[in-house]
Amino acid sequence: MDNNKSWIDQRFPLTKVWNEHLAEYYTPRNFNFWYFFGSLAILVLVIQLITGIFLTMHYKPEANLAFNSVEFIMRDVDWGWLIRYMHSTGASAFFVVIYLHMYRALIYGSYKAPRELIWIIGMVIYIALMAEAFMGYVLPWGQMSYWGAQVIISLFGSVPIIGQDLLIWILGDYTVGDAALNRFFSLHVIALPLILVFLVFIHIVALHTVGSNNPDGINIKENKDKNGIPKDGIPFHPYYTVKDVVGAVVFLMAFASVIFFAPALNGYFLEHANFVEANPLKTPEHIAPLWYLTPYYSVLRAIPPMFGSQFPGVLAMFAALLIFLALPWLDRSKVKSIRYRSLPYKIALGIFVVSFVWLGYLGMQPVTPMNAILARVFTATYFGFFILMPWFTSIGQTKPVPERVTGA
Amino acid sequence: MKIMKLVIVYIAFIFGSNVFAASSNVELESANTDISDIDSLKRGAKHFMNYCSGCHSLELMRYNRVGQDLGLTKEEIEESLLYASSKPGDLMKSAISESASTKWFGGTPPDLSLTSRSRGLDWIYTYLKSFYPDSTRTFGVNNPVLVNASMPDVLWSLKASKSTQEFEQDVRDITNFLDYVGEPAKLVRVDLGIKVMLFLAVLLVLSYLLKKEYWKDVKYGKWKAK
Repeated sequence: MDNNKSWIDQRFPLTKVWNEHLAEYYTPRNFNFWYFFGSLAILVLVIQLITGIFLTMHYKPEANLAFNSVEFIMRDVDWGWLIRYMHSTGASAFFVVIYLHMYRALIYGSYKAPRELIWIIGMVIYIALMAEAFMGYVLPWGQMSYWGAQVIISLFGSVPIIGQDLLIWILGDYTVGDAALNRFFSLHVIALPLILVFLVFIHIVALHTVGSNNPDGINIKENKDKNGIPKDGIPFHPYYTVKDVVGAVVFLMAFASVIFFAPALNGYFLEHANFVEANPLKTPEHIAPLWYLTPYYSVLRAIPPMFGSQFPGVLAMFAALLIFLALPWLDRSKVKSIRYRSLPYKIALGIFVVSFVWLGYLGMQPVTPMNAILARVFTATYFGFFILMPWFTSIGQTKPVPERVTGA
Repeated sequence: MKIMKLVIVYIAFIFGSNVFAASSNVELESANTDISDIDSLKRGAKHFMNYCSGCHSLELMRYNRVGQDLGLTKEEIEESLLYASSKPGDLMKSAISESASTKWFGGTPPDLSLTSRSRGLDWIYTYLKSFYPDSTRTFGVNNPVLVNASMPDVLWSLKASKSTQEFEQDVRDITNFLDYVGEPAKLVRVDLGIKVMLFLAVLLVLSYLLKKEYWKDVKYGKWKAK
């Protein structure tokens, strides 16, 4: 065994990588519930990649065959229904996990220096994931796949001057059809997964360069023993590997209960209208994207057309997404963790969370006068959180931060 | 943690609401079907073949798959499902031709393979029950669930010859059968799910004990760097 190891180590830094990233990678000992979601996101990514490989073996990316080929997977392919439900539930599970992972960064200030780049890479992963999920949702070629794609892609047509040409360039046709289905398939199974895996890799490399934040927001590297090991650090392996296994099993129980007991989750994970084949001649009464995109869809609809163009709404929608990138520089607070933050920050974060969830809810509902007003109010509070952040993070009394991590 | 509680309440609120697109304003009755009731599925299959399959296809389903899932013998398949021209491995297509249906109904009657998933069971159940006489319509009937549908009340003879309760059971059986056709895996997935959950529960206990054993070091400050 030892001989083998040295044979490999002479040719590949196996032991070095193992130690640097697992056995001697020192992690704060006080991780709580919120720290499970990073490893869970990797688990879901692997589930999506593997089930995706098997779905690709049976799926037909052709407008006349796509819908029935998915039902063929559900009926005639051995265990096809299970693979498909794992993949469709996995898409929603991915966003559940990622939203909780991002919320963790918000409450413990994990985006603050020196972790700005980890946050930015993470946001790019989030945006790539949205594109991946959107294109994946088109593939079953149901009514919602088709009309959802029609609505989202038409947004690019609202770009001034080049809009119409851009639209045709994206679709390869004048409308969503076979050409678009084929290219979305290609992007969904090759381009975006490659990009995602690469981004996740550099996300972790960047994390391991500066080390993890923790619920106290303390830099554990400032308190080292005589061997140069952080006093509040424990090796990632075995301590957090065994802990993350427990988290993974709990996650799998929730995941399995959706797959086996409510795979469509009352229309939230698989929309009812998507069990009707795409029909370009019949617009559904109500078009809504899947739940994980609805906060941004709400922002889009909240902005009224200006100068006869929907473009301002489209800009607002992308701004709502991209403004997250500025977070590390908008936050002026001296402390990271919510445990020691001032009251104004806690209130602002509460308003932001309520706004985000409400925008998500409104994005699924038809527009009524009341809903339109609510969407505008929450769009204002959503952007207010970011725009006013330099102010509310510099006022109020923060609590003193302890020198060593607390708990655990 | 207060924020977390709020989030959970909000999410529960969102997921609790119903998202079937409303195509009529009729309050739907609960279909109250039970997919594990194989006898109900068999009766539903027989009724479907007798009253529905003349015009409506189940294009995504094969006769022998239905037979296999419902535990029918070859003779039973031939007797209660198959019509003369079909082989057991055929897809369940309707007998009516497109030109004939266009002539009689003004269009092709929809395929019903996935109606249970797109409309829901309560919709099917209430729709089949709700035909009422309307002399302004071609077939003399109308339906509040799908107003001005060009479909005759094909179950009228059942309705006329039985008690209301028995008729409702017939409609329930057809609805149950369409639930199965919409998702054949539904027959097996719940049982399998219970086994998977039990397996995961055992795994949870073992993995938690493993974690606890390792973390003893951390808890009592015993852990030291090598």
